[in-house]
Amino acid sequence: MTNIFNYIDRSSPVHRLTGATKLVCLLIWSFAAMMTYDTRLLAILPLGSFALFALSRIRLRDVRFMLGFTLVFMALNNLLVFLFSPQHAVGLYGTRHELFSLGGRYVVTSEQLFYHLNLVLKYLATIPVVVLFVSTTNPSEFAASLNRIGVKYTVAYSVSLALRYIPDIQREYHDISQAQQARGIEMSRKENIVKRLKSASAILIPLILSSMDRIETISNAMELRGFGKNKKRTWYMGRPFTKWDILSIAVCAGILAAAIILNRVNGGRFWNPFARG
Amino acid sequence: MMEDAIIRFEHFGFQYNAQSEPTLYDIDLTVRRGEKILIAGPSGCGKSTLAHCINGLIPFSYKGTQTGKVEIAGKAPAQMGLFGVSRHVGTVLQDSDGQFIGLTVAEDIAFALENDCLGEPEMHERVAKAAKLVGIESHLLHAPSDLSGGQKQRVALAGVLVEDVDVLLFDEPLANLDPATGKAAIELIDEIQKTTGAAVIIIEHRLEDVLWREVDRVVLMGKGRILADMSPDELLSGDLLVRSGIREPLYITALKYAGVQVRPEMAPRSIHTLRLEEADREKVRAWYRAAPPAPRPETAEPLLEAEHIRFAYPNGREALRDISASIGKGEMVAIVGTNGAGKSTFSKVVCGFETEQEGGLRFAGEDMRSLSIKERADRIGYVMQNPNQMISKVMIFDEVALGLRTRGVPEEEIREKVEDALKVCGLWPFRSWPVSALSFGQKKRVTIASILALEPSLIILDEPTAGQDYRHYTEIMEFLRDLNKRGYTVVMITHDMHLMLEYAQRALVFSEGGLIADDECAAILTDREIISRASLKETSLYELALLCGVEDSRGFVRRFIDHEREEVRP
Repeated sequence: MTNIFNYIDRSSPVHRLTGATKLVCLLIWSFAAMMTYDTRLLAILPLGSFALFALSRIRLRDVRFMLGFTLVFMALNNLLVFLFSPQHAVGLYGTRHELFSLGGRYVVTSEQLFYHLNLVLKYLATIPVVVLFVSTTNPSEFAASLNRIGVKYTVAYSVSLALRYIPDIQREYHDISQAQQARGIEMSRKENIVKRLKSASAILIPLILSSMDRIETISNAMELRGFGKNKKRTWYMGRPFTKWDILSIAVCAGILAAAIILNRVNGGRFWNPFARG
Repeated sequence: MMEDAIIRFEHFGFQYNAQSEPTLYDIDLTVRRGEKILIAGPSGCGKSTLAHCINGLIPFSYKGTQTGKVEIAGKAPAQMGLFGVSRHVGTVLQDSDGQFIGLTVAEDIAFALENDCLGEPEMHERVAKAAKLVGIESHLLHAPSDLSGGQKQRVALAGVLVEDVDVLLFDEPLANLDPATGKAAIELIDEIQKTTGAAVIIIEHRLEDVLWREVDRVVLMGKGRILADMSPDELLSGDLLVRSGIREPLYITALKYAGVQVRPEMAPRSIHTLRLEEADREKVRAWYRAAPPAPRPETAEPLLEAEHIRFAYPNGREALRDISASIGKGEMVAIVGTNGAGKSTFSKVVCGFETEQEGGLRFAGEDMRSLSIKERADRIGYVMQNPNQMISKVMIFDEVALGLRTRGVPEEEIREKVEDALKVCGLWPFRSWPVSALSFGQKKRVTIASILALEPSLIILDEPTAGQDYRHYTEIMEFLRDLNKRGYTVVMITHDMHLMLEYAQRALVFSEGGLIADDECAAILTDREIISRASLKETSLYELALLCGVEDSRGFVRRFIDHEREEVRP
């Protein structure tokens, strides 16, 4: 089954945390990592995320596709920053230590390299925790988690419904497109864009119409079983908080606090080692 | 006695806001606690609307005007609210896949309890209990995609059983099930009724299948009115069913062909309760002997030949194992088997949607390996089950012309070919209509016309009559037979045993990726081993033959088919 969640069911301390805890921790952790450019903190965070990874008993090859994808993205991001603005960091740090030139305006500076190091560290701090979140959170628990952190349950449930029906709709798309191909609808790259758009409509229109029927069935089924009856609802897959949940959130909050304090101390988001030299 | 009534309609009528005529007229109906009722009627007779009036979707989700009186558990639904009604009436919808809301079985069963804010320990306990009642307790953590149609229906039933309702309402419970699973579903409904004591209302037009277990009354509907409300024995003794467009049980039809007068005291409600006197049995035997078997059609020259086809999906699941079969020019063949048996995969391989890993296909002697999907479509047309899955144009003409236009045929020639296809399909009067103005059966014809326009010589239809009542079924099938007589070779993938019996000359039976039988339908439907492996059901004609002392039950079934083909639908 193709799903945006790639839940891997193992028994580990990370798995045992509730989905809500993991969601809150993910949000705080990534916010902290995004906020700060303090290399000292950024160096610690990846170590923490690798440690969590080991703790979760998720193996690298379980998630190599997601990791590979994001690593390529990280490389691309760094490359583009350098291409478009090779002296970006000189402006940020206010000094210029030239190392060597690649021709034209592409002069490599220590500041720029240091800035890229920070970018890489940010990626290394966040990617593993995101991957960890999607592979240790049971999709069934996700809606309950959203609800717990304050999202209205009708909204939270729509996420769960999407997870439930996306594979069905994918399958239907596949079936319809095969039958339309038999009638000569060409979806291959050989055709020009106008033709391909036309072809897409031959598949999408039937898909939309049949999805409408589906929606009527689901909403009837949900109403008949009392969805929307009360202001609150409980969750079969919901789990009570344990001390580990509270501890995890506290640690993440500590990291965020550290990031905020460092911002104050450094007088901005950047920690500048060049100012002293 | 009246306080025992859980549902009461008095001179009840209903008209949807969007419609110019009422859908229900003057309904008088009382359902008592613990009763079991079958509501039967052709499409459009108002039975689904009546169901909506019982479960509260009317007046809360579908708006309209009502006249007369309706009470659920002594109160008017309008005052109870939808959620109030659903405390008393649990509904199992027709589409057991579409109504599966949860990501897993357990969550789906728990859905109503979650909405009731039940605490976790009690919820887990009640889910476990309901799951056990329907026999799905070993699948609690499975996703819907891992379940069969029958299992999904069990989940839906458990989902309403978790709340102690007074009425269980089943909307066409047999629609998407294969014959054996449908039989099991009827048995399960019967057991559940006995253990819970709830009143059961089954809405279904497949009378014979529901009557496999006893029901107290049958309510027959037609054109928005109740035509009959009587015991099944009485109903089967008259000709009301046939007149209202509902298929009689096959054994009743056979008795009538033999000139036996069916009377309530013969207990005709089921083949197992049926009592026949010797004189009647002799009539049946005499009818059986009256005509020699019609000559079997000669084996035609092969059009499509499959040799040792093997196919496995990328995940390693072997969907077809060593399939060798041949379909002759001008034949009308059924492909049967359970979901996942390989019948759809086989047709996908034939159409080129999937590629076989071993073996080969030949069409009219030509090796098909090098043919693209598009080229195969010029020879073999594929019609999907639901016409809404194929139709993408607003106008009928454009829809039928679609395949020709993508092939770059000159517009002049397109006009000619489309007009021919429309005439063959009886759609000529509608040629300038929008597709949306057509009925389901007519849309089906549009999709068939759009395939015929490409002039294939073989047509494969996936479940051509799924969800259709007897009249529409007959209409579609007679049309296909007509095409067959014009020289088209027709292959039908189906669950419907009546379709096999009445229209297919031969059936290919798939089971777990293998071809387990390739024989005439009378032989397959009287072969116990094949029936059980392919999840089919024995035809009641077989048992009638035994009951009347006809030794050659297969010959008896054959006699019935011949009689229908020669005298009833020549």
